[in-house]
Amino acid sequence: MNRLPERLGEVIDRGTTLSFSWNGQEFSAFAGDTVVSALAAAGQRVFSRSFKYHRPRGLLTASFHDPGCMVQIGDEPNVRGAHRLVTDSMVVTSQNTWPSLRFDVRGANRLVGRFLAPGFYYKTFIRPQRLWPTYERVLRQFVHAGEISPDTRVEHRSTRFAHPDVLVAGGGPAGMAAAVAAARAGARVLLVEEEHQLGGHLRYVGSPAELAELRTEVTASGVEVLTDSVVLGRYDQNWLAVLQRGSGERLIKARARVLIVACGLIERPYVFAGNDLPGVMLSTAVRRLINLYAVKPGERAVVLTANSDGDAAVRDLLDAGVEVAEVVDARSGGDILRAHGRRGLRTVELPGGRRIEADLLVTATGWTAPTALLNQAGDVPVYSAAAARFLPGGKASEDVLAVGGLAGDGTLDELRAHAGAVGAEAARRAATHRYRQLTRTPTAVAGRAPVGGPIEIPDLPVHEHPALFRAKSHGMVDFSEDVSSSDIHLAVREGYDSAELAKRYTTATMGPLQGKLEMVNAIAMVAEATGRSVAETGTTTWRPMYAPVTLGALAGRTVQPVRRSPMHAWHQANGAVPLVAGQWIRPDHYGDPAAEVRAVRTAVGIIDVTPIGKLDLRGPDVPKLLNLLYVNKWSKLAVGRVRYGVMCAEDGVVLDDGVTGRLGPDHYLMSTTSSGAAAVWEWIENWLQTERPEWNVHVTPVTTSYASVNVAGPRSAELIGRLAEGVDLTDFEYMNVRTARLAGVDGCVLWRIGFTGEPSYELHVPAGYGLHVWETLLAHGEDLGVRPFGVEAQRILRLEKGHLIVGQDTDGLTRAFSAGLDRLVKLDKDDFVGKPELLWQHDQGAQTRLVGLQPVNGQIVPPEASQLVAADTTRIVGRVTSSRMSPTLGRSICLAQVEAALAGPDTEVTVLLPDGRRIPARVTEHLAHVDPHGARLHTAGTPGTFRQHPPPVARSPIRTAAHAVGGSPNAALTLADHSALAKVVVRAPHAKAMAASLGVPFGRAARAADGTLVIGAGPGEWLVLGPADSGDGLLKQLRRQAEEVGGFVSVVDLTHGRAMLRLTGDRAADVLASVCAIDLDSDFTPNGAALRTSVATLVTDLVRDDQQGVPSYLLHCERSSGQSLWDAVLDAGAEHGIEISGEPTPSPEE
Amino acid sequence: MIQLPCPWCGPRNVTEFRYAGERTPRPDPGTATPRQWRAYLYLRRNPCGVVEENWYHTAGCRRFFTLHRDTASNAVKETR
Repeated sequence: MNRLPERLGEVIDRGTTLSFSWNGQEFSAFAGDTVVSALAAAGQRVFSRSFKYHRPRGLLTASFHDPGCMVQIGDEPNVRGAHRLVTDSMVVTSQNTWPSLRFDVRGANRLVGRFLAPGFYYKTFIRPQRLWPTYERVLRQFVHAGEISPDTRVEHRSTRFAHPDVLVAGGGPAGMAAAVAAARAGARVLLVEEEHQLGGHLRYVGSPAELAELRTEVTASGVEVLTDSVVLGRYDQNWLAVLQRGSGERLIKARARVLIVACGLIERPYVFAGNDLPGVMLSTAVRRLINLYAVKPGERAVVLTANSDGDAAVRDLLDAGVEVAEVVDARSGGDILRAHGRRGLRTVELPGGRRIEADLLVTATGWTAPTALLNQAGDVPVYSAAAARFLPGGKASEDVLAVGGLAGDGTLDELRAHAGAVGAEAARRAATHRYRQLTRTPTAVAGRAPVGGPIEIPDLPVHEHPALFRAKSHGMVDFSEDVSSSDIHLAVREGYDSAELAKRYTTATMGPLQGKLEMVNAIAMVAEATGRSVAETGTTTWRPMYAPVTLGALAGRTVQPVRRSPMHAWHQANGAVPLVAGQWIRPDHYGDPAAEVRAVRTAVGIIDVTPIGKLDLRGPDVPKLLNLLYVNKWSKLAVGRVRYGVMCAEDGVVLDDGVTGRLGPDHYLMSTTSSGAAAVWEWIENWLQTERPEWNVHVTPVTTSYASVNVAGPRSAELIGRLAEGVDLTDFEYMNVRTARLAGVDGCVLWRIGFTGEPSYELHVPAGYGLHVWETLLAHGEDLGVRPFGVEAQRILRLEKGHLIVGQDTDGLTRAFSAGLDRLVKLDKDDFVGKPELLWQHDQGAQTRLVGLQPVNGQIVPPEASQLVAADTTRIVGRVTSSRMSPTLGRSICLAQVEAALAGPDTEVTVLLPDGRRIPARVTEHLAHVDPHGARLHTAGTPGTFRQHPPPVARSPIRTAAHAVGGSPNAALTLADHSALAKVVVRAPHAKAMAASLGVPFGRAARAADGTLVIGAGPGEWLVLGPADSGDGLLKQLRRQAEEVGGFVSVVDLTHGRAMLRLTGDRAADVLASVCAIDLDSDFTPNGAALRTSVATLVTDLVRDDQQGVPSYLLHCERSSGQSLWDAVLDAGAEHGIEISGEPTPSPEE
Repeated sequence: MIQLPCPWCGPRNVTEFRYAGERTPRPDPGTATPRQWRAYLYLRRNPCGVVEENWYHTAGCRRFFTLHRDTASNAVKETR
């Protein structure tokens, strides 16, 4: 056993013994031991075989970045064995060794080493190319990467957003001093340390008392400390990726106002023959082993020292009872020549030829500055020949500062004083930056501007250090890639004579260590081979990631939000086959789409069309807007009428279509395609905000405020009559709109329109009642043969009727005249979007036309996108855009885009099927295959008489597991469904009369005297919340208020359009920090703050509304995403013990 | 990820916004020649330097705004 008696400052807990296995053999460890320290204590010296030559490898650095200590733990490959702590019953194996670590047959590679020179694989396996699959299979056996198991459990790693004023990367003495100084100056500080404890090199070189004092200061100053964590990369504006290891990796996305880089220095290996033999170690490695883990690193040592750390290592070795056979002092010209041994070091050969028996060779020949984060901040580190290392170039942006060994040398006191000044200055810069941000953030209360000028930062000395890179023999430069100094010399001889080229050709610095140990040596070898200096040779760029990270941590939670209609649960329960359309889940069909089509044609069918985009338009200038955006005319649309319209983009390409109805003098309801809803809304806002800001129009998206159901078929009027009150159905012609009470639900909007070609009613029902109306339709229509139909039946029905689908029968090049819209486009209008292009298309004639098409053999359905070709040639003259078998006609029917010359009725064209067959097809006279003159549409039949129905029940969009509700009223962290609250949106000019009357500015929320919560939700936009069922009263009151103040104000009820939840508890902000990138600190988001942002990728309004002093947040999003938001917050809250509170609300399943 | 200074909401991550392109004034549709109109549709300056561009705060205030951004450094000069 190599375990030493207790050491002052050791990190192992001798009171707790753990057992683990290594390659099948049982070992014991103390708590705090790394895998490799425990094995080294038990006398193991070889932990892996090298990448290319399968040379035995042992300890080199005894840190995370030890190239020879990668092991497999359970099903986790490539674990850094000199960093990972032992846990009880851990199963550890060596990687890429066969048949065993001790005897690896592929070690024979070392005998053919001269054939494995750089470029060996490129040069050897390039020909013949057909043999590559074989080569690949064989070469795969030599890859050094452990094994992954396909059975590995899928874990979702949570992420977290952090907003520190100062983030300190590195928790050594300088980092700790900087963090403490910054925190004392009032900054919120996050201190990130890669090791398991704070302290850096002080842990194994300093006095434990001094370290304890620094740690106490860190704790006392309120710094947040993350150990076993690392800053992976720095991106623009100090966006930092921080990896928190420990149990399951977690990515922290931090936006730091100032970054302090305190990474310290990494000891550099020396290049000589045999420098990778087990037993050759860096001075920091032996000091870690002795002082942290109480492991005796060897019995008889030779030490090559060029600095005081090497000298100190000699003292530590003697103290640990190691016999020091020889100290070779490089400062006085001493050197070693090579190391000998097979499975480990046996003798050290000095330049004169003298050999010294030893099992340990310790080198202390200089340092590498890991300047990665500085490089990523725009700095170009410069090589100091005197110090033999790179130093900061001073070009980093001003929000990035360096302290500690990276910045210079000096005594511990000098380094601490420097870091303290930098920390204080960082806090000052952060405070200035923070104040600037607070003054620009409407939710925040800025407070007073920070005072005080820059803090003077003392200069750090830079000590001279001998430039030692290589002995008079060749050895390893890159230990993880098996690249030797002679390989780099060869690469230079072959012409790869710059550092960037030689690196890529030899793969030096490209292995798992990414240059941390080998970068300077590699540059020095290129310099040596080219006869240039290291400074002339330059450096390579340090890119993110600085340390390895699992893909799982980068991915975080990958759940995609899903949108559901209020009838979603009914569809699920009734055998609907789901269709994912964008974010929506819709019923494709309920088993037999053809039967669904027949039901619509002969009786009546109902389809859930909730995803259809719906925009509430209010204001005197709506007709101007419609005239501008649609290609047809809108000035004369009477109240109670609806009209079909098509929008084009400025290039004349068809953008979207839908119907718009006029509900009142200044009130319109626009519908859009389901997939175009968001884009059309943005399109309208774009025109209103940037081109026509003088127009008085308010647009409110109400897509999910309403559940939409299309009731279609010859018996539809009969069915509607059984539900409708307050509307005269006998005076309700095609292309009209009415409001009515349906099955007891007020405020329903009915359109007489149809996509199916049958008489039909499109019902828009306040969404909470959607399921009630849906079920009532089915119950009351049972004797009429009512049947739910899905998207597939609807697609067949509309194809029979020849209605185009934008994006299906048109593409990104289809202008209006190519889409059969000739009669709709009104070129005599002064202006409309896309008019010039359409004018030119009209003058030149459309190149392609949309036509109806029927294959001569009606049993063949040409797949969509089949090409139309000119007879007997392969010249493409068009394509099939839609095709189905028509259950009504009993034959196949299509829509097609075809060259204008071939678009005449009865023209025969050839369809080239994917299997190569050519079939004839004939262009039809009309786009519609069924009822081309629309006779059916106007024969609505006799409306039925009203029937009694069950009382309406408003459902919440959120389904809460019933057993989880009301778990514990006193839980520290609760989530409640508040979707039932009345919600009314008020739109009025920002900062005008109505704003004054409501008394709440954008970004803030406040309770009115009557208890309603008034939220300044947007510029010129307020949301007023009242108790459930108070919606009508609230609406009336706000409309009265609007009339009193005058001016252009609109008031829209959104009660049914929003899902709302409340998250309450002292840890509520921590929960949100994993799904929301907003700084929830009380300066930025105090009680009463209101903002809109992205929460779990959903656009969400967030209002801080504390409850009796406990932080509480109202979150609301559009209704159909409510369940996704609820699930995401519950998921994020799981680790904080979240519970569901409140009364169970009626949900779609009940 | 850079932040953009929304003139209404303050600094926010760029993922909350949608890029609405370089600002290109709309020619008079009554008199524009095809060449002018298609320049409006398709031609952009795309400079290495300061560009005047429109952004839409999709996940925030839902306002369009114009900012002057240096494409080489992402530094934002002015917003309105």
